[in-house]
This record gives sequence, C-alpha cells and structure tokens, in this order.
Amino acid sequence: MRAAIIIFPGSNCDRDMMVALERITGRRPALIWHKETSIDPVDMMILPGGFSFGDYLRCGALAARSPAIEAVIDHASRGGAVLGVCNGFQILLETGLLPGTLVRNADLKFVCRETSLAVQKTTASLFTDGLQDGQVLTIPVAHNEGNYFAPEDQLAMLEDNGQIALRYTEGSHPGPANPNGAAHDIAGIISENGRVMGMMPHPERAIGDGHHSADGRIFLQAALEGVAQ
Amino acid sequence: MQVTINISLKEGVLDPEGRAVETSLQSLGFHEASNVRIGKQITLSIDAEDAARAQQRAARMCESLLTNTVIEDYSIEVIEDE
Repeated sequence: MRAAIIIFPGSNCDRDMMVALERITGRRPALIWHKETSIDPVDMMILPGGFSFGDYLRCGALAARSPAIEAVIDHASRGGAVLGVCNGFQILLETGLLPGTLVRNADLKFVCRETSLAVQKTTASLFTDGLQDGQVLTIPVAHNEGNYFAPEDQLAMLEDNGQIALRYTEGSHPGPANPNGAAHDIAGIISENGRVMGMMPHPERAIGDGHHSADGRIFLQAALEGVAQ
Repeated sequence: MQVTINISLKEGVLDPEGRAVETSLQSLGFHEASNVRIGKQITLSIDAEDAARAQQRAARMCESLLTNTVIEDYSIEVIEDE
C-alpha cells in the first residue's frame, strides 16, 4: 500500500495524516511538495487539510491549479484512489474531480468539535465498502467553509447515484448534528466511480492514542484495505 | 487596458454574510435596506490589442480561476488606456 500526501503552502494536517497512515499500514507515505510535476506511482493520493495559499480567492482555488494537481488528475483518470480531507475536499471540488462546492458555514462561525457521521450505502466504493450502512463514526471537524452546496438537480443526482458517503447525524456531542448547514447533511461524497472521495471531518485526528475517538482509524483502515484490494 | 471584474453570488445561493450585514443595518435604523449581497471586485491590467480581446481574455480568466461558476456570476468592464 503506497500513498502520497501532497503538501501545499499552508497545509497543516499533512504530518498528522502521515502518522495516521504509518501507524495503520506500517509504511510511511511519500510527502510531495505541490511544485512537483510528476509523482511516482502510488495506490492512493491524499490532499490534506489546512489553509492552502491562505484560502486566498476561494478555499482550495489556488492549490487546485498547482503543478502537482495535474499528476493527481492523471492518477484519478487512470482509476487511482484520491482522498481529500477538509481543505483537501475543497481542493477536489475546485479541480472538478468532485461536483459542488463548499461555502461559508451557515452561522458564520469557525466550527471545531466532534461530529457524528452516518456511513451511507453508496455505489461501489473503495472507501466505504468495508463499512456498514448506517454505521456511526465520531470524527472531529475544524473548518470555516464546510457548508456543502450544489444546485438541486446535482444534489438529486448525488442521492440517486449513491455518491453521498457520509452524512452528519445526531450524536452525544453538544451542538446540532449538522455543524455547518451543509445541504442534505453532507459530510463526504465520492465520485461516480467510487475512487475519489472528499470529506470535511478529519479522520487523522481520531486515531486513538490520546485522541477523543479512534473512529477515524476505523474509517482510514477500511479505506486503505479497499484501496489495497 | 484596465479591467474590472465584479463577482457576485448567483441568485438562490444563500449569503449568510449578507444576511448578517442586513441585520446590522436594520439595527442601525436603515429599515429601507434589504437583499444585502456581498461580492468581490478584482481589478487588473491586461495587455491586449483592443477592448474586445481584453474582454475575451478576462472571461477566460474568470472561467479558469477567478470565479467558481457553481455559485458565482461575474461581469467584466474594460476601460481602454488613455
């Protein structure tokens, strides 16, 4: 299982993701600076969380035009697995690898807390096939622009195609289930072929060992096993 | 050419920032204010032979980077250099 994490100026979850993957797989992922134009073949490419390019213009807009993104798009077009977390999700939407966009949280507040996520039965997907439909995972979010938005017809298509992989749901944590006003309580979506996934919650911040939850590890483990098959 | 690009949220896209500003305006007594929407403006110079060409290049810039066409509309104004 070979993974590469793409690092942009302003990424800040790259090392957490590296540690999480290394603990699960025993193998350290490659760390790739965004100016690289080619990336050695890997099984999965990861766009980590953070504030790439200071969130200038729109979150993820400038990162999505970085040289390394060409290699990510190539990898995805060959059926390679891509995971974007938080800012990485915003970047995936800006590249067009996933549909829709993420806008400012409905209450205009940065939200940083645990959320409960219900795993949804999706179209065949590397990322969620190893999880149960309806399984609830507790994984934290930390973002200002996590409010998923897409036109109604596109939302209907996501629903019909089974592309909504994670939805915010009620849990024991304080605050409303949906932390940001996201349409259809969307926390994570997958591409039509199930090989590209974007999610706002941070699984790498919930891998046990001093974290409040180890559910992020469950998610990552299932994803990694799916990709390795 | 001096180019001004105005970017606004599409109709139907919620603008929580605009709504918060509207509430503030109301509380200051500006009861005549409504439908507050917040956009952004980008100004730039474009080296082009004529205004039509500058307009065309600016539109390309909007489509490829400057706007997110899922939620934003844009308008372009070109002023020829003196």
